[in-house]
Formats: sequence, C-alpha cells, structure tokens
Amino acid sequence: MKEVNIIINGISLSVPEEETVLEAARRINIEIPTLCHMDLENLKAVNKEASCRVCVVEIEGRRNLAPACVTKVGEGMVIKTNSPRAIRGRRTSVELLLSNHPFDCLICEKNGSCDLQALAGQLGIYGELKYQGEQTTYPKDESSYSIKRNLDKCILCRRCETMCNEVQTCGILSATGRGFDTIVSPTFGLPMIETACTFCGQCVAVCPTAALSEISSIGQVWEELYNPDKFVVVQTAPAVRVALGEEFGLPPGHSVTGKMVALLRKLGFDRVFDTDFAADLTIMEEASELIHRLEHKGTLPILTSCCPGWVKFFEHQFPDLLDIPSSCMSPHEMFGAITKSYYAKKYNIDPDKLVVVSVMPCLAKKYEAARPELGMEGNQNVDFVLTTRELAKMAKEASIDFLNLEEEDFDHPMGESTGASVIFGATGGVIEAALRTAYEWLTGTTLEHVDFEELRGLEGIKEATVKINDMELNIAVAHGLGNARTLLENIRAGNSRYHAIEIMACPGGCIGGGGQPYHQGEIETLKARTQAIYEEDKGKAMRKSHENPYIQKLYQEFLGQPYGEKAHELLHTHYVKRVKL
Amino acid sequence: MKQEWNQVLETDKVKELDAFISKMKDQRGALITVLHEAQNIFGYLPRELQRYIGERLNIPSAKVNGVVTFYSHFSQVQKGKYVIKICDGTACHVRKSIPILEELQRQLKITSGSNTTEDLLFTVETVSCLGACGLAPVITVNDKVYPAMTPEKTTELIQSLRKESGHEV
Repeated sequence: MKEVNIIINGISLSVPEEETVLEAARRINIEIPTLCHMDLENLKAVNKEASCRVCVVEIEGRRNLAPACVTKVGEGMVIKTNSPRAIRGRRTSVELLLSNHPFDCLICEKNGSCDLQALAGQLGIYGELKYQGEQTTYPKDESSYSIKRNLDKCILCRRCETMCNEVQTCGILSATGRGFDTIVSPTFGLPMIETACTFCGQCVAVCPTAALSEISSIGQVWEELYNPDKFVVVQTAPAVRVALGEEFGLPPGHSVTGKMVALLRKLGFDRVFDTDFAADLTIMEEASELIHRLEHKGTLPILTSCCPGWVKFFEHQFPDLLDIPSSCMSPHEMFGAITKSYYAKKYNIDPDKLVVVSVMPCLAKKYEAARPELGMEGNQNVDFVLTTRELAKMAKEASIDFLNLEEEDFDHPMGESTGASVIFGATGGVIEAALRTAYEWLTGTTLEHVDFEELRGLEGIKEATVKINDMELNIAVAHGLGNARTLLENIRAGNSRYHAIEIMACPGGCIGGGGQPYHQGEIETLKARTQAIYEEDKGKAMRKSHENPYIQKLYQEFLGQPYGEKAHELLHTHYVKRVKL
Repeated sequence: MKQEWNQVLETDKVKELDAFISKMKDQRGALITVLHEAQNIFGYLPRELQRYIGERLNIPSAKVNGVVTFYSHFSQVQKGKYVIKICDGTACHVRKSIPILEELQRQLKITSGSNTTEDLLFTVETVSCLGACGLAPVITVNDKVYPAMTPEKTTELIQSLRKESGHEV
C-alpha cells in the first residue's frame, strides 16, 4: 500500500494514499466536525455525499475549501483544519442550513440529541442569523404507527437514503424534485403507511435531526398509568436492558436489568414482566414447528418470524414465499396474547381493563402492535409500544435518579426466563436458542455445549452445520435486510441448502434496533451491547427455553401441547401478500 | 383498491416500450434513456408507468420518481397534442418573446396553474434557449421551428393547427 506524506495543522505524517483528509486527521486525533458523513463500514453503510460542507478544510494551493470527508490525501499536501478561513467556511455552511430550519429546538423531540443543534452550539452561532430567506414547509407525515417525517427539519444529508437503499435495500426513500424544492420522500410523495416501508427505523437511527423520528406513545402510556381503573402490565425486550444505560451516561454494553425493573415499578406499572419469558415460549413453538416440518416433509427452510420489520419486508418483497416463515407470532405478541388470556383468567383481571405495554428496541413493533390479526375480538394483544429511548425519556420526565436505583427482580410468573431467551436480542440468538431446545428434543440427550459460536458476531451472513442424530442441519443467519434479500433470492431461485434461517431486519439484530439509543455511527457500541447480551445468557442458571418451569406450567395449566390447537389459536399468525411500492 | 396511479396502461404502447427496454436492460444508466422513450410513446409518465419501468429495470419506484421529478423535461401529467415551446433565452427575450407567451395564454385560456388546454390539444411551455438566436424570437410546435414570431403570427398558427386537427376555429 503506497503511503503519502502530508502535513495537518503543522504535524507531519505519512498515511495510505487512498485515505481521505478526514480519516488522516482522525489518526492524529484532530477532530473535524461532520454532519452528513456516516461511515459504518462493517454494515456497508457509508454516506459520503459531501452535501453539508461542514467538514471543509483549507488545503494549500487550492483555491476553494475542500470537504475533508471526500477529499483524498496527496503527496506533500498541507492541510489546515482550523484556520480562520476554514472555521468561517464551516460556520457559513451551518448558518445556511439553519436559515432553512425551524427554530423550535426547545420543543423538538431531538432537543439535546440533535447533531445540527450540537454543531450550532459548537461553532458559536448565537443571536441573529446572518442569512435569512424563504423557508420550506411541508405537511408532516404521521400516517404510520412507527415513523414520523417532518421535512421542515431535513438537511438533505441523505443518510436515511443510504440506510434505506444500500443497507436495507428497501428503496422507500429517495431524493425527489430539484434545488430548493428537493425533499427526501417515498415514491409519488405517498404517506409511509402506503409504501413497502418495513418500519425498521434504521433511517430514524441515523437521522441527525428530527426530520425522522418515532411516533411517540409516551403520552398515551402516562394516561393509562394515571387511570386507577386500569391494570397496566409492562414487558421488556432483551435488547433494551443492554442499551438503556447509555441514555443515562453509562458506557455501551453495561447491562441494567435490575435498575430497569425498579424504574418501571417507580413509573407505576402494576406488573413488570419480561418479554424473555415469551421468548422462551416462542422457542417452544418454533422448535416444535421446525421438528414438525422436518418430520412431516414440510416446507424448508423455516424462517424465523420474531422481527416485524423482516415480516413486512417479505410480505412486500417476496409475497410468493409466504409459506416458509414460521407461523409463530413475535415474542411480545405472544406475551400479550398470554397475558390477556391465561394471566387475566388466573388472576381474575378483566381483560378490557388490562393494558399491555411493550418496551422494545424497535420501531416496527409499534406498527406490528396495530396489525389487526394480532388480537382477539378487537382487543389487541399489545396496546402500546415504547422504545428504549422513550422509556429513558419517561424516567427523566419523572425525575427518577436511574443510576442510583436499587436493583429489583421481575414479577412472577412471566418474569422468569432462561439464557436462551436473552440472546434473542443479538443477531443469531433466536436460532441458537431454537437449536438448544430442538437438539435435546430430537436426540433425547443433554446438550452439553450450548454456545453456538459460529452463529454469533456481526458478519452479515453466518452459517453453520449442526449434527443432530444422523441429520445434518444447515443453518444460516442474516441481519440487515440487504443480507436477508440475498438469502431469500437464493431460496426463490431454488439454490438454498438451508433447513433453518434466522433473519433480523436491523444490523446487529435488536441491539441495533431503530428504537435504541443513538449509536452515532459507532460500531463498537453495537459490539459492546452484543457482548452484554451473551454475558446475561452466561449468568443464567437455566440456558434452554424448555427448562423454564413457568413455561412448563403454562403448558400444563393452559396451553396443552406445544404447537397444539390452543397454541395455534393464540400464538400463531398468518401473513399477507403486499405490493412493492 | 382504488388508487389514482392504478390506471391500466395501453397494451400496445407497453409492448413497444418492452421491446425498447429489452435492448437497454443490462446497460448501466438505462433509466433516463428508457424514461425518454416512455415519454415519447405515452406522451407523459403517469405513476403506473413509472412503477412499471422501475419493476422492469429493478430500480425502486422512489428512485424512478426522483429522476422524473428532477428533470423538467419529464412530465407526470398528460400534455396536449401540440406542445408549443416559447424560447425565452436572452436573444428571444429582448426581441419580445413574452408578448407571444401572453398572447398564447390569452387565446388558449391557459392559467398559471396548468399549461395544457382542457381539450388536451395544446401545451405551452417556456424554455431557456433553443439555440436558434439568429431567428429570435423563436417558438417550436412539437419539433417544428417557427422563426421571427409575433403575437399576430402566433394567432394564425394556432388557427391553422386547430384546423389541421379537425377542431373548429
């Protein structure tokens, strides 16, 4: 690799010739502010539009300022990142962006977590703005249950477009129009609910402003909590506990399960349960379904169906393959169904007064909760979905000193879970959990080594072959919808040799979900959260779903056989053919 | 499902476009060329057609729509049988192109909201320069050039076009 010699702010260094000025400067800890730039190379999410011009630097001998994010280094280049001219240029760029941006920071949902706001502060832009002119105004799109679009706040950085097109291959968002009238929009300016959007929320996860944000349920949940007639039950997804702490300043990968439970009690929830319990239940059903398909020559491969973004993706993109995904509902929907039937009956609670709230790392779960088939007689299994970010907001609103909370345990019976359920939060976890159970059921022997290392990690597509009795099961795992598409296209073409495939819509799995604390493009954050998930698993006394005594009791008292009639009625669903638009 | 873009495209025109697309399909950057051809065949690019082109080229509909809305040449609404382009480049402008435009708008009862007559006979557009400055002021009807125009000559032209198309004056 050829190296070139350059000087940045008087410091001489030698860097590979294909590096950008920005990358070279970061080598020697010289920070150049960026806005539109995004580089999640492991996830193939690289946005180098150079549209915001915030990273401009001065290069000797060059007439105009150069955007550091796309300008390659060259032999003998002399760069000044903080010369008066560079700083002035940077300020001008931000001031021009602000001239067409609403000034409602105080009441903006991204107040305190907005990249543009932070940059304006960093560059000392106070008082009157130098540039004033026409401002664009567009109607807000709140048509979906998940994603809110407020184009007045869009700075056209195109990060969302990169996520939607390059990483997720959904192709929902594209720049439309020209010049001042350019907007990032679904085709024909359609509202999101009418498109093939999966509501994975990865666009929200990378939006630097509040142009894309979640549709919040905080207000409605407070109303339910204030209402003395309601019995409000909450459940928490595995990925929430390993990321929630970040909202309170803890480093990524710091698990806060006990504090999270305490927080939820303080907020006034009547019962604090765990989606992990329902994840164990999901494994009972999904492993049974896998075995059923293997033994009855059913359609293979079987595809996991825990991820609502993925479910909507295949409904739109592969409507001809609706018979291959598992018919299992996602864990939080199973939880809702069981809570409103078994639990309500057992503890004599009127199902109409029972409210189920899910705390999820996910925006698609909000949409999923509203799917009409996921409920009984008009009573939805899950009433409200809060994201990890929204839970943190509620804690702050209630002035709860989260970091100093005493750790508490989940309520019984639906707070009990095994290690197999915790790993649902990371890519590869669901299929690993299913294998732990399927292995023991099929062989009748104990699985000693429960860690399927080859199914873990951030590689886009992972595969493994597991020998069970005299059968070799070929397993694949994909995370990110672009990787999922690759696997699905092989299946459609008849080239797939897999028996079971796990798919999660978000890069990294649920720990990288669209409702998680903003990872600011740090791949290390995703790695730390994954690590924490597997540590939780290791720390559990039981690590196989079928060992969960409360799950066993649930089948004895109520459900009967796994994959049986009652289970089908309550815990399984069907899919809908949808158009690609 | 009643949605306004869900109209049925005329089969013979689709066939013609299909033949063109199969020649183009594997070329990089085929989209714009295909859109040009589609607009030639259909006269404009309705939503259903944009969707169809996207499916055929394996490009998301949003991207196709992005390109269509970027270039003013592409039209999402039906144009008239005669597309009149009035050059408003510098040379034509100083030689009084605007009175020609105003006369056309008056005669054809075109308001600023739409530039196509209700009977879909005429569409009036201005363009920045037709590259025929020596003939200023210039207008074109479809692809035929009319040099050194005046409002009076324009009136005559409209009358003859109406006659040609079988419409009473």
